[in-house]
Amino acid sequence: MQYETVIGLEVHVQLQTRSKMFCGCPADYQNAPANSRVCPVCLGLPGALPVINRKAVEYTIMTGLALGCRIPGYSKFDRKNYPYPDLMKGYQVSQYDLPLAEEGALEIDLDGAAKSVGVMRVHLEEDAAKLQHFPEAAGDAYSLVDVNRAGVPLMEVVSAPDLRSPEEARAYLVTLHSIMQYLGVSSANMQDGNFRCDANVSLRPAGSAEFGTRTEVKNMNSFRAVYLALNYEVERQQRILEDGGRIVQETRGWVEERGVTVSQRSKEHAHDYRYFPEPDLPPLAVAAGWVEEIRRRLPELADRRKARFIEEYGLPRYDADLLTGTRAMADYFEAALALRPPAGPDTKTFAKNVSNWMLGDLSRLMNLENRDITEVRVTPAHLVELLALIDAGTLSGTIAKTVLEEAFTSGAEPAKIVREKGYSQINDSSVVEAAVAQALADNPQAVADYVKGKETAARFLVGQVMKLTRGQAKPELALELVQAGLVAIRDAEGTP
Amino acid sequence: MDELQGQRRDELWELTLDQARAGLERRAFSSVELTQSCLERIQQVEDRVKSFVTVTGEIALEQAAKADRARAAGAAGPLTGIPMQLKDLICTRDIRTTCSSRMLENYVPVYSATVAEKLFDQGAVLLGKGNMDEFAMGSSCENSAFFPTHNPWDLQRVPGGSSGGAAAAVAAGEAVFALGSDTGGSIRQPASLCGVVGLKPTYGLVSRYGLIAFASSLDQIGPVGKDVTDCALVLNAIAGYDAKDSTSLPEGLPDFTRGLTGKLDGLRLGLPEEYFVAGMQPGVREATLKAVETLEGLGAAVEPVSLPTTEYALACYYIIAPSECSANLARYDGVKFGYSYQDTPDMWEAMESTRQYGFGPEVKRRIMLGTYALSSGYYDAYYRQAQQVRTLIRQDFARVFEKVDALVTPTSPVVAFPLGEKTADPVQMYLIDVCTLPINIAGLPALSVPCGFAEGLPVGMQLIGPHLSEERLLSIAYAYEQATEWHKAKPKL
Repeated sequence: MQYETVIGLEVHVQLQTRSKMFCGCPADYQNAPANSRVCPVCLGLPGALPVINRKAVEYTIMTGLALGCRIPGYSKFDRKNYPYPDLMKGYQVSQYDLPLAEEGALEIDLDGAAKSVGVMRVHLEEDAAKLQHFPEAAGDAYSLVDVNRAGVPLMEVVSAPDLRSPEEARAYLVTLHSIMQYLGVSSANMQDGNFRCDANVSLRPAGSAEFGTRTEVKNMNSFRAVYLALNYEVERQQRILEDGGRIVQETRGWVEERGVTVSQRSKEHAHDYRYFPEPDLPPLAVAAGWVEEIRRRLPELADRRKARFIEEYGLPRYDADLLTGTRAMADYFEAALALRPPAGPDTKTFAKNVSNWMLGDLSRLMNLENRDITEVRVTPAHLVELLALIDAGTLSGTIAKTVLEEAFTSGAEPAKIVREKGYSQINDSSVVEAAVAQALADNPQAVADYVKGKETAARFLVGQVMKLTRGQAKPELALELVQAGLVAIRDAEGTP
Repeated sequence: MDELQGQRRDELWELTLDQARAGLERRAFSSVELTQSCLERIQQVEDRVKSFVTVTGEIALEQAAKADRARAAGAAGPLTGIPMQLKDLICTRDIRTTCSSRMLENYVPVYSATVAEKLFDQGAVLLGKGNMDEFAMGSSCENSAFFPTHNPWDLQRVPGGSSGGAAAAVAAGEAVFALGSDTGGSIRQPASLCGVVGLKPTYGLVSRYGLIAFASSLDQIGPVGKDVTDCALVLNAIAGYDAKDSTSLPEGLPDFTRGLTGKLDGLRLGLPEEYFVAGMQPGVREATLKAVETLEGLGAAVEPVSLPTTEYALACYYIIAPSECSANLARYDGVKFGYSYQDTPDMWEAMESTRQYGFGPEVKRRIMLGTYALSSGYYDAYYRQAQQVRTLIRQDFARVFEKVDALVTPTSPVVAFPLGEKTADPVQMYLIDVCTLPINIAGLPALSVPCGFAEGLPVGMQLIGPHLSEERLLSIAYAYEQATEWHKAKPKL
């Protein structure tokens, strides 16, 4: 029988607000010493009360708007009850039946074909503490609790069961991830756990309208892991169904090392979360004016920006694709364009130049050092300065690469590097002439080849001139003078 | 002069807050002397009354000395140097705060509740922490995990609850005033049973930050005082918006002593028939109706009114309060603070045993009730239904307050009952709060003021007003108090 795969994704996104969801503690817990970002509220001490972080609500509404959601005028928080040592109050403050955003959609690109995937809701909640387990080997097993993460704002984006393959699931995730970064609401780093994904997976006979029994797959820490885990889970379910078996509704964890999903707990014994409205927080009245104000501040997202780069700057699709891969990359590009010197090349030429340097040498250096554009010490202004030095004839392309490398390492301005290291292109023809004379004298064989009609020998001689001038001779001038010298020799020897 | 001061000093603990304030202001005695007098009184009667879980004598004397210095420096307010007791669910930094529970027997908070900070900032002196029903669940103070508090009027009887310690301490003269908390009557009912004044403010008037929660949508901190003026002075000190409590009200505050004029002209009072319940002691009814006559004599127009949803309040309350408590008390699992069962290597067993041994029977009963009411499949029938009833109860009050300015009812249908009489039957215990619960459900202010005696024990009259009508309620109670002598009666200890 032919089966159809049905996948829905629940993505948890940590919001990068300054403070936590319900207290004033800093939310950047990642590099802080254990239990140093805590207060009575996020520790869940008796008597402490939550206060809503307005920025987190704003980020959630912004995400909802970017996903085309409806933003209801009335929303509220609820308590989700379950006991666990990482949950400081024994309940999580979350949203149950009145999320901040609902009924949106996300368009994904599948090899050029667009597909709209429903987004059922976007809601806001608080993250739990982090448990560290220490195994029995060193004595009794024990666990430690780090409360720094407790109370960090967590946004949950729930898709409709519209995804039909692990490929579609991956495309959805990649697109959603890009949107989070473009909105600037999250650093959305999967390895660091601030962009986490759970998947609901089921199969049904092709053409059937009813859903099959689903499993929930957890513990996938990269796009690749999501793709592999879903592939495994789809195959596992298919095998069971083909053997006439029955899918058990359960939670399954992806075990990266073994490449399998394993049963974690059966849904038949699932928690009853006993949701009820959080009495410590009044309901939220979301003013339409506020929503409109947030909508006006929505940044341009990747798709639009890519189209604009092609249209406005005449960039090839390939360049535009790479430049809009992250918002930081695109911002860098446009920051550089904004600094185009008035006397310089026209916008489109300049844009292509910047693009070439960003996607070429700068990206090569970034890859070598494993840095992303936000960590690069060469500012857009530095890059533009470098391009201006080339245009002015001060630097050859070859030397410019060297200057970029040095700027990449030291963070110094290109002009300063050129000044201090004595890099500059030699425009003085008398200096170049001397080098040419030397090159011709040192390489009689090449000269002879040229005279015999082997014109490529001239290129070799230009190389020698560049060597003698440590690359600083202006290449056009070197070529011109080499050719003039050779012609003079050939004329003197008489044309064969 | 020395003799005179010595004579006065023996009686300092008997002063009302307002009298003590006046004495301190004119330097008739110091706060240290006043505090010493209260501490001596505690020594004298505490082994019989048992209103304190913790007495903080040293801290009190330090704070008193500091208050005296502040006064000498010209920086004194109405509460500067006044000794008080705080119910033991109000967090006090570095001072044990137990909720009268084994679970928190050795719990020392790292921060103070907003009300405690406010009082400390204004120079009030902490004598200690008041006994209560465990986690404020109870109506007799017998659910304290440590010991019951005894009614100063009859030591064989309960002081009421859950703020039994607060009411008993004020009645016995151990503290000049006390703070209690009221979730379903926990300030007003013990005030009534102990013959003192207790006020439950409008929900949101006083910050709950640092109040260890029982039922978050019902809890409210309020004063217990020797008379109405004292309660107004304390309310002035503790009321007001707090950014740390999202449910606190942003409204500006009046001076709550402003209405203490003794005039009731043009006042319309409602007498809700539903509050004169079957099973009410005849003496309570008589005392209340007599008090109503006094109010009429003072110029108030009294008319019968009806609050038809009253009969559903008890059921509504016993869904909502336990539901909220089942979540509020989930944090006591022995992992982070408080009592922790250690005698097992298994995490779940440790958490379960912590709760099994750390909580008393009434707390466990309410956690189970709430857990059940919120469970999937029961939510609609219980919690949702209770919330709908809550709305109806609110509307009932709103309708009545279109016609009258305030309501008069008995605070408790019975006077103080013998210790142990109702402990075996939770429902009988719950029924005692039938006149006070609806007010918490509606979030309204109400106070209890002494209005006579039945069977030799104090009876309290309850005044209920619309949202933020504290000033009016205090004004009515003050006029009544001026016309009667009940508040001057003191127990013989």
